[in-house]
Amino acid sequence: MFRNQYDSDITIWSPQGRIHQIEYAMEAVKQGSAAVGLRSNDYVVILGLKRSSDELAAYQKKLIRIDDHMGIAIAGLTSDARVLSNFMRNECMKSKFNFNRPLPVEDVVTSLSEKSQVNTQQYGKRPYGVGLLIAGYDKTGPHLYEYSPSGNCYDYIAMSIGSRSQSARTYFEKFYKTFAEASLDDLIKHGLRALRDTVQQDKELTIHNCSLGIVGKDKKFVIIEEEDLKPYLEMIEEDAPAATTEAATENAADEAQPMDTDTPGNGNAMDTE
Amino acid sequence: MISEPIPTAQPARQMANRFDPYEDNGGTTMALAGEDFCIVAADTRQSDGYHINCRYAPKAHQLSDKTVIGTSGFYADGICLVKRIKQRMEWYYHQHDKVMSTPALAQLLSVMLYQKRFFPYYCFTILGGLDEEGKGCVFDYDSVGNVERVKYQAEGSGKELLQPFLDSQIGLKNRATDDVLDLTEEKAIKIVKDAFSSVTERDIHTGDCVEIYIIRKDGIECEKYPLKRD
Amino acid sequence: MNTYPNPFSEAISYQRMEQYDQEHLESLSNISPMTRTQQPIVTGTSVLAVKYKDGIMMTTDCLASYGSLARFKNIERMIKVGNSTIIGASGDMSDFQYITYLMDKLMTKEYNANNGQPLAPENIYEYLSQVMYQRRNKFDPLWNALVVGGYQDGKSFLGYVNLRGTTYQSDTIATGYGAYIAQPLLRNAVEKKNGELFTEEEAKKLLDDCMRVLFYRDARSLNKLQRATVTAAGVTISEPYSLETEWGFAEHIRGYGA
Repeated sequence: MFRNQYDSDITIWSPQGRIHQIEYAMEAVKQGSAAVGLRSNDYVVILGLKRSSDELAAYQKKLIRIDDHMGIAIAGLTSDARVLSNFMRNECMKSKFNFNRPLPVEDVVTSLSEKSQVNTQQYGKRPYGVGLLIAGYDKTGPHLYEYSPSGNCYDYIAMSIGSRSQSARTYFEKFYKTFAEASLDDLIKHGLRALRDTVQQDKELTIHNCSLGIVGKDKKFVIIEEEDLKPYLEMIEEDAPAATTEAATENAADEAQPMDTDTPGNGNAMDTE
Repeated sequence: MISEPIPTAQPARQMANRFDPYEDNGGTTMALAGEDFCIVAADTRQSDGYHINCRYAPKAHQLSDKTVIGTSGFYADGICLVKRIKQRMEWYYHQHDKVMSTPALAQLLSVMLYQKRFFPYYCFTILGGLDEEGKGCVFDYDSVGNVERVKYQAEGSGKELLQPFLDSQIGLKNRATDDVLDLTEEKAIKIVKDAFSSVTERDIHTGDCVEIYIIRKDGIECEKYPLKRD
Repeated sequence: MNTYPNPFSEAISYQRMEQYDQEHLESLSNISPMTRTQQPIVTGTSVLAVKYKDGIMMTTDCLASYGSLARFKNIERMIKVGNSTIIGASGDMSDFQYITYLMDKLMTKEYNANNGQPLAPENIYEYLSQVMYQRRNKFDPLWNALVVGGYQDGKSFLGYVNLRGTTYQSDTIATGYGAYIAQPLLRNAVEKKNGELFTEEEAKKLLDDCMRVLFYRDARSLNKLQRATVTAAGVTISEPYSLETEWGFAEHIRGYGA
């Protein structure tokens, strides 16, 4: 039943110095649909590829507003993301109440890490099964952080998480040097193109399956979806269907990667978005 | 008949030593509802007995594009109440993806005041704004959450002076003349200014400046009108 | 169910209450009651502060009184918090020293957070007023009137908070006796400047003049003062100094037992 004898609990080390339970939690992130984020000197943009489990079902939310200066994109267990976003909202509100200032992005990321770390060290607990891209703007400028179930947080210029997200990173690696000086529209275009690269081959990016979050200088966090998204999608319509072949090969490599032998079965009980 | 001195039940000493958690920082607020607009006004003086603490301590606060709240009485309680309402509005926005309407806020405010029924917020609150139909609305409170929807209302240290004036000028009550009132925005603002100027003359806790919030369907404007500083 | 009132219920409940009271009293006799500050004990008098061209200037004297006794004569009533904020206190000195501890704790936390965004004076002020207000809500106040001054990013800040959590911000602030005696002098000086700010020399002279009047009239004051400034250069708190006073006129005063 178990993959090996060292993964039965979060408090168990493997002789290779790994904690399998944490790594399994990180796998949950990869099963969620992709989320990408990137920042310039003034703005941060996050995007999510929404999935619906059925033609009759609505699309699952990928972006969550935290405060006027902060929002997140999620990949993994949506319900865990809701717990974490409520925690972050609470932290932001505490800062407003007690100090009359928006919480510095770094502070919320730190407290999120500390909260998550507990779940990776205590017997009987389970790590959160969700990865986040945290977009925020504060006195020190725009920030983009990646949070993962291990409690690790990294600061990025551009990052992507979730399934088939490697192709988005490949896209970013090509263009990231231009991001710093990019206009907001250019930043959004880059974001949309990167997200488009994560879409399955038989599908395409539409106003229904994509959501866009923007925050930055003199701009409160907004989520743009559905009809409002149209002009932005039109901006990238003209370009030739990007290096789709290239992206496909990347994704093939990506999907073969799962660290252990077992591929996530279709009958998975957990809903990951 | 010589009456005996009436014995007092309790020695007064104990009470005199007890910490009094309340302070009266004075101030007057008022609101009036027009057909498609609403005005909320509050003076900006903060006083403590005969002291003027500060000439600009705002008592009216904008809660949304449709609602303004005014509080007078104990300043710290007023500020705390407003901060808590703003938090509740934030959660409402998180959970429902829309801004709380004025009547919803009015109900919430009543509940929040009543929750502190046995250690009340010592503030006299008025909530003004536009309701879901875009009509002007005013809600008046006592310090423990009794609420009434009214056309116009004065609260705070100058309310005994202000309310009869409003009754006459806006409510057209107790008047010999029977002229019909067409309460336009311009006229309403003029009445508010006159009202505060008059109250300032007679109430020492009111003065310095009045902030007049004009709430329309396309946004809120705040006008500052100077009052006497004596 | 019997809906008739029990004619003995009153007697029964009374008996029970007596029994309860007895037990309750016995259990109480072993515990000392919870205590709360009902009055200040060792106190400091006025704090004065004004905004001026370069930032904030604040003065206090160095006395902590025990009732009418001049008990401690070398007390600092102003503390530096971070690099751009100062807090001056009147009222209970032990409560103020507890506030000093709180501020130290806050600054340690901030140092550890190391997020490149130090708490600005208005943030520290907000925190302090929340502490004061929450303590009053517990009926356990910190018996002080505090003045917070600060200067950051080219902006001066001057705010007041007291034991009930009442707050205000103003160009001139005076606590205690100073609210009666110095505040009118300070406001008068500000209004004479017609919107212009004091120079450093003007601010110094103004505060010294006010402190002199306070020393003449406030029986809980001391002619040993400190002056603090918060400017772009940071916070400085001076060594204690004295003002020149003139008591010759006292010779001519008759009455008051003389």
